[in-house]
Amino acid sequence: MMDRVKAEKQKIFRSNMITFGIVIIAYIVVELMMQTGNISSLFKGLLVPLCTYSILAVSLNLVVGISGELSLGHAGFMCIGAFSSATWSMLMKSSGMPEGMRFFIAIVIGAVTAAFFGFLIGIPVLRLKGDYLAIVTLAFGEIIKNLVNALYFGVDANGPHFSLEDSMHLNMDGGTIIIKGAQGITGTPKNSNFTIGIILLLIVLFVVLNLINSRTGRAVMAIRDNRIAAESVGLNATKFKLLAFTISAAIAGIGGALYAHNLSSLQALPKNFGYNQSIMILVFVVMGGIGNIRGSVIAAVVLTLLPELLRGLSDYRMLIYAVVLIFMMLCTSAPSWIQYRDRIMMSFKLKSTDGKENK
Amino acid sequence: MYKKQLVRNDEVAKMMSFISYLLNGLSLGSVYAIIALGYTMVYGIAKMLNFAHGDILMVGGYTAFIAFNSLGLPIPVAILVSMVVCTLLGITIEKIAYKPLRQANSLSVLITAIGVSYLLQNLAQLIFSANPKSFSSFVPLKPVKLAGGQLTISGETIVTIVTCIIIVAGLVTFINKTKAGQAMLAVSEDKGAATLMGVDVNGTISLTFAIGSALAAIGGILLCSAYPTLTPTTGAMPGIKAFVAAVLGGIGSIPGAFVGGIILGVLENLAKAYISSKLSDAIVFSVLIIVLLVKPTGILGKKIMEKV
Repeated sequence: MMDRVKAEKQKIFRSNMITFGIVIIAYIVVELMMQTGNISSLFKGLLVPLCTYSILAVSLNLVVGISGELSLGHAGFMCIGAFSSATWSMLMKSSGMPEGMRFFIAIVIGAVTAAFFGFLIGIPVLRLKGDYLAIVTLAFGEIIKNLVNALYFGVDANGPHFSLEDSMHLNMDGGTIIIKGAQGITGTPKNSNFTIGIILLLIVLFVVLNLINSRTGRAVMAIRDNRIAAESVGLNATKFKLLAFTISAAIAGIGGALYAHNLSSLQALPKNFGYNQSIMILVFVVMGGIGNIRGSVIAAVVLTLLPELLRGLSDYRMLIYAVVLIFMMLCTSAPSWIQYRDRIMMSFKLKSTDGKENK
Repeated sequence: MYKKQLVRNDEVAKMMSFISYLLNGLSLGSVYAIIALGYTMVYGIAKMLNFAHGDILMVGGYTAFIAFNSLGLPIPVAILVSMVVCTLLGITIEKIAYKPLRQANSLSVLITAIGVSYLLQNLAQLIFSANPKSFSSFVPLKPVKLAGGQLTISGETIVTIVTCIIIVAGLVTFINKTKAGQAMLAVSEDKGAATLMGVDVNGTISLTFAIGSALAAIGGILLCSAYPTLTPTTGAMPGIKAFVAAVLGGIGSIPGAFVGGIILGVLENLAKAYISSKLSDAIVFSVLIIVLLVKPTGILGKKIMEKV
C-alpha cells in the first residue's frame, strides 16, 4: 500500500519535472536563437504574449479543469490585473524607486487586486451551476471591461480622484490623470521581457501543480467529481471552490500585469479584454486537455503561434484556424470520429506487425 | 398662467421622449427576443450553447443585402431567400459539427460552436471584406407622427414589434398544437424516452435548428433595417445579448425568451438615455446577474430537481 502511494508520488513528481523541463528547455532554445540572431522580429514580439497566454491558460484550467466550473470571464480578471498594476507603475514612475522593485510590486498588486475581485465575484457566482455560471462570469467580464472603459482616475496634491463621466468631473487641481476612460493608460513602462515572463510562468506552474497535488487540490477535485459525496465527508464545497476561483483570478491578474507592461498604451478593447479573449483562453484549455496543466501551456503556445505561422496565407489564416479548431474537437470528442480514427490506427498497427511476421 | 403652460409643455415633451425611448427599447428588445428564441429552442433540445447563432444572423443580413441590393429581388422574395439560406446553413452546421458530438461533454460542443462562429465570421470577411455595407431598410412604412408631431415612431419600430409578437404567438401555437411541436417538447424532456415512443429525434433536432436559423434570418434583417451597418461581426454582440436575454427569461422557455428579450432591450435603451450611454452594457449585465442570483433559473425558467 505504502509502495503504491510512493510510486504514485514519484510519478507525479516526474510529470511535474517534465513540465518544468519543457518550459526551461524552450527558454534556453529561444535564448540561444536570440543570441545567434536566428529569430525574426515578429517572433520576438510574440515571446511575452506567449508567456502571458500560457499563464492565463493555466489560470483558467484551474477553474475549468480542476474545479470543474465553466468561466467565460477570465479576461476580466486579466483586465483588472493589467490596469491596477499599470496604475501603480505610472504612480511610481518618477518616484525614484528601483525599476525591478517597482515591477515586482506591480505584479503583486495586479495579482492581489484581481484575487480580491475574484473573491468578491466568486461569493455570489459560485452558487450557480454549469451554463448559468458561464453566462454570469461572461457578464462580469463584460461589466469589468465596460467600467474600466468609462473610468477616469487621476492624482493631485489632494489625493486620488475617480470619475465615470469624463476628465472634467475629476475636479483635478493640477496633478496627472492616469486612466483616461476609453483611451486607457498611456506611457506604461515596458518592464516585461521574455525572461521575466518565463520566471512568472514557472512560478505559476509551481504553485498550481503543487496545489493540485495537495490536500486542498484533492478536495477541490473531489467536489468537482461528486459534490454531494464530498460534502457528506465534511468538505466545505463553497470554501474550496472559492479558494480555487480566487487563486485562479490572482494568476490571471499576474498575466494581466505582464501583458500591461509589455505595451506602452493599455486600453480595454473587446479584442484584448472582452469575452472573445476569455473564449480564446478557454480554447487553449480545452485543446490542451481539460485538467491537464502541461497541455494548457503547449496549446496556448501552439495556438498563439498558429495564426502567425499561417501569416503567409494572409486572409485565410483565421479561416484555417477555425477549421482546425472544429476538426480537432471532432477528432478528440466525437464518438464516431474516435472509432474511425482508432480503426485507421489499428490497421496501421496490423500492417506493421504483419511486416515483422513476414521477416 | 403662461409660465404654467410652459411647464406643461416641458412635461409633455419629457413624456414624449420617454415614450420614444421606450418604443425604441421595445423594438430592440423584439429583435433580441427573436434571436433569443433560436437560442432557447436549441438549448432546450440539444442542451448546447450555440455560439454561432449570432453569426447565422449576420449571414441572414448579408444574404438579404445581396438578394435585395445586388440581385434586385423584391423585398418579400429577398426575405424568403435569406430565411432559406439560413435554414439550410443551420441544418448543415448541425449535421456536420454538432451531431457527431451529441454524446460528448458540453465543453467540446461549446468549443466547436465557437469554431463554427469563427468560421462564419472569417468566411464573411473573405467574401464581403471587413468594410461595413450600408443596409437599406426592408421596411417600406413611413414614420408615424403622433401627438401633433411630438412623437415620431419609425416604421421599423412598428414592424419589428408586430413581427416579434406574431412569431412568439405562432411558435407557442406550433409547439402546443402540432405533432412536430409536441415531439420537440418530448425530445427536450427525455431523448431516450422520446425515441422509444417513436419520435424521430434526429429529425426533430434538425427541425429545431431550421426554425431557429430562419428566425435568426428575420432577426438579422430587422436588426440591419434599424441599425443599417453590416459587417462580419454584426451578429456577435446582438448574439451575446440575445443569449443573455434567453438566460434572463429562463433558458429553454419560449415565453421566457420573449420576456427576457423585451426587458433587455427596454433596459438597455432607458439606461442609455437616462443613466449613462457608456455604462449601458454594464447596467444590462448587472441586471442579469441580480436576476440569476435571486432566481437561478431565470424569470420564467423551470426549477429542476437534482437527483442524488
